[in-house]
Amino acid sequence: MAKELEKRSRSGSLGQLLVPIIALALIAVFNLFRDPSFFSVGMTNDSQGNPVLTGNLISILNGASELAIISMGMTLVTASSKGQDISVGAIAAIAGSVFVKFLSGGDITGLSVTLGIILCCLVAMLCGAFNGALVAYFNIQPMIATLILYTTGRSIAYWINGGATPTVSSPIITAIGGFIPGCPIPTPVFVVIVFGVLFWLIFRFTNLRLYTQAVGINQDAARLNGINPQTVKMLTFIVLGLCSAVAGVIAVSRLSLINHETILLEIEMDAILAVAIGGNSLAGGKFTVVGSVLGAYAIQALTTTLYAMRVPSTAVKAYKAVVIILIVIIGSPVVKDAVNRMMAKRRQKTAAAKGE
Amino acid sequence: MEHDVVLSARDICMTFPGVRALWNAQFTLREGEIHALMGENGAGKSTLIKVLTGVYHKDSGVIRLSGKEVNIKSPEEAQNLGISTVYQEITLCPNLSVAENMYIGRGDYKFVNWKEIESKADAILKNLHIPARARQQLGKCSLAVQQMVAIARAVDMECKVLILDEPTSSLDDQEVERLFGLMRDLKARGVGIVFVTHFLEQVYEVCDRITVLRNGEFVGEYTVAECPEVELVAKMLGKELDDLSEIKKEEVHITAGETPVYEAEDLSSEAVTHPFDYEIYKGEVNGFVGLLGSGRSEIIRSIFGADRVTGGDVKVDGRKAKITKPLDAMKLGIGYLPEDRKRDGIIGDLSVRDNIILALQVIKGFFKPITRAQAEQFADEYVKQLQIKTASTDTPIKSLSGGNQQKVILGRWLLTHPQYLLLDESTRGIDVGTKVEIQKLILKLAEEGVSVTFISSEIEEMLRTCSRLIVMRDGRIVGELKGNEMTQNNVMRTIAGGDA
Repeated sequence: MAKELEKRSRSGSLGQLLVPIIALALIAVFNLFRDPSFFSVGMTNDSQGNPVLTGNLISILNGASELAIISMGMTLVTASSKGQDISVGAIAAIAGSVFVKFLSGGDITGLSVTLGIILCCLVAMLCGAFNGALVAYFNIQPMIATLILYTTGRSIAYWINGGATPTVSSPIITAIGGFIPGCPIPTPVFVVIVFGVLFWLIFRFTNLRLYTQAVGINQDAARLNGINPQTVKMLTFIVLGLCSAVAGVIAVSRLSLINHETILLEIEMDAILAVAIGGNSLAGGKFTVVGSVLGAYAIQALTTTLYAMRVPSTAVKAYKAVVIILIVIIGSPVVKDAVNRMMAKRRQKTAAAKGE
Repeated sequence: MEHDVVLSARDICMTFPGVRALWNAQFTLREGEIHALMGENGAGKSTLIKVLTGVYHKDSGVIRLSGKEVNIKSPEEAQNLGISTVYQEITLCPNLSVAENMYIGRGDYKFVNWKEIESKADAILKNLHIPARARQQLGKCSLAVQQMVAIARAVDMECKVLILDEPTSSLDDQEVERLFGLMRDLKARGVGIVFVTHFLEQVYEVCDRITVLRNGEFVGEYTVAECPEVELVAKMLGKELDDLSEIKKEEVHITAGETPVYEAEDLSSEAVTHPFDYEIYKGEVNGFVGLLGSGRSEIIRSIFGADRVTGGDVKVDGRKAKITKPLDAMKLGIGYLPEDRKRDGIIGDLSVRDNIILALQVIKGFFKPITRAQAEQFADEYVKQLQIKTASTDTPIKSLSGGNQQKVILGRWLLTHPQYLLLDESTRGIDVGTKVEIQKLILKLAEEGVSVTFISSEIEEMLRTCSRLIVMRDGRIVGELKGNEMTQNNVMRTIAGGDA
């Protein structure tokens, strides 16, 4: 086991996860000293009278769901295109609006919700394909290409529901955004798990990881080895579109309404941050999805901590910024190199001590 | 020493860690002459130019400018002394105007009067007959005009020495003529021009003298008249014309009527503008020879579908085939080791293992990943077979030495069990031991029935391994040599333009 760990840390797969793990640990230790009751988990009854879990840990796990899902897709886009998609929030708004529009016509049944989810996923994947096409075929920098939907996406969402912010109240919707009756764990947490498993299966049964990394590291060489870099980039943007749609559905279901102006506002920045905290290079190439997801939870843990400290919501961002400076400096190449040098020195010393 | 010598370099030595780039190099440039600096890849042309322009600092030797010894410490200083350089890739800013490009970074203006500058620039452009206007955006001009603007910039700085580093490589015939017109014009004004090119014909068209370098050493200085093309090629390659001491390789017998493994008719691509016919038989090793830039790499790339194919018919095993992208070629059992290993070959951050399985994996398809255990087995097999020196198969390929990286790429293609391998400069920049290993491997593969097309700048290597040589010159196939015709003599004569 120790040997395996050492092997992994040397090959870099564990090293990449070090930063998000340290970030989470720092926040946990801080809370432990500040107020150990931060970690307490209790049971209460929700509005329907069902017993459900409460506590800061649960709200971190629950609240980070949308961010975690989008971060997974963002990781792929970053790896393949060496850039980031800043339109994910806007795409989520479009997807959410389509979802609500589809449901607001008639009765909300299991079938109509399923169809609505499928429809909004398709629309969001189309948006992703649009971004992907601009990046892959027209060689536009991802941030510029996605700036188009970033600026127009919420207007399109506005137009879909004619400017209204319609509500969709139904036990099914509440179950998606809150709790399934009888289950004490929030449903979005399960959605993240499902997505995690889905990604694991995709990486296990397809070559998405190898292709994406090859394209992100050396596009010319990838092409000469038979990979079509355009297709790979398109694919990653489409997957991110799907992630955005699901995040949009969760966000809509939490409130049972769509507000195209505020739904998942600025989530793109948090998602990019999650990717970076996750130990991924924003310049593309090798990636770890697990790292990004841990990064997403770290960001949410930070927010929850600040709220628990009764920091006014307007000031939260400033406090967040301070901690994030710390995290990104820990993850910076300069610090990494210094740590590596230190480790190498120590290893030499222990080897020398053994030799005596 | 003649009084009209404007720049002289004596006994220049320059070493990089482990490499002797220049060894007692000599160079003399006179006023009002166009002087070709010739040599094969790695001969030291670029290093000498970089020493003359202050990019590199020589270890020893003397540089004199107009008779005075100078110690050039930076490109800026070289410019101020009157040595200007125009590089192959245009180093100007395409999104600025012509005038801005001519005066940017000159440091002699604190306050800029654009009106004055633009009229000045227009005057110079007119004077030099350059078809561009001062306010035009540079990027909108043709490449040739951009080159000329770069030259105009140099001329305006009152340069005495103008170094043109492969200025013609991306120009068409007409543009080249225009550039030559400008060069002759400057020559008449007394500027000494150093012209680096790999187009032999162009040397004889505009140059007065030729200096040849080989392996960082000075071979000689000749007037154009006393050094015809055949001799020039021989001097560049370092072989005397009557040197026939090479060992001949045994023939591969091709029975009449046998279908070639690969056959192309009138094939052309974006990079291969002169359509060509070509075929290779089972177990045959052949090669394309020609100087750098003769189009040999481009032909190989077009066979593999690496550049966009624009016309022609291809048959593989006698059946009509369509190769428009690398994957098509790979599925037909064709493998390709590119010339530029770093840019086109390795996936730097990925492990040796991932680099080895890459091609096979892509052939297998997106939905059929090779299992980790299998990948490890493949990687171990080729690391052992090719004696790749790496800490583990998990090591990123970029941390391996050049020779070992090349072996990994070779392993990548061997793993696909190709029937036809294209090797472009697969032995360049790697140590002698590995070179011999790779040559042996090529011959072994041929024995096993694999066909190989091989490109190398080293003619001996080609003669040792190939049973047929296709000679190229300026983008065209100009001859084919086999059997007894395959001699250094004939190769060089054909490259230089004579008959085989």
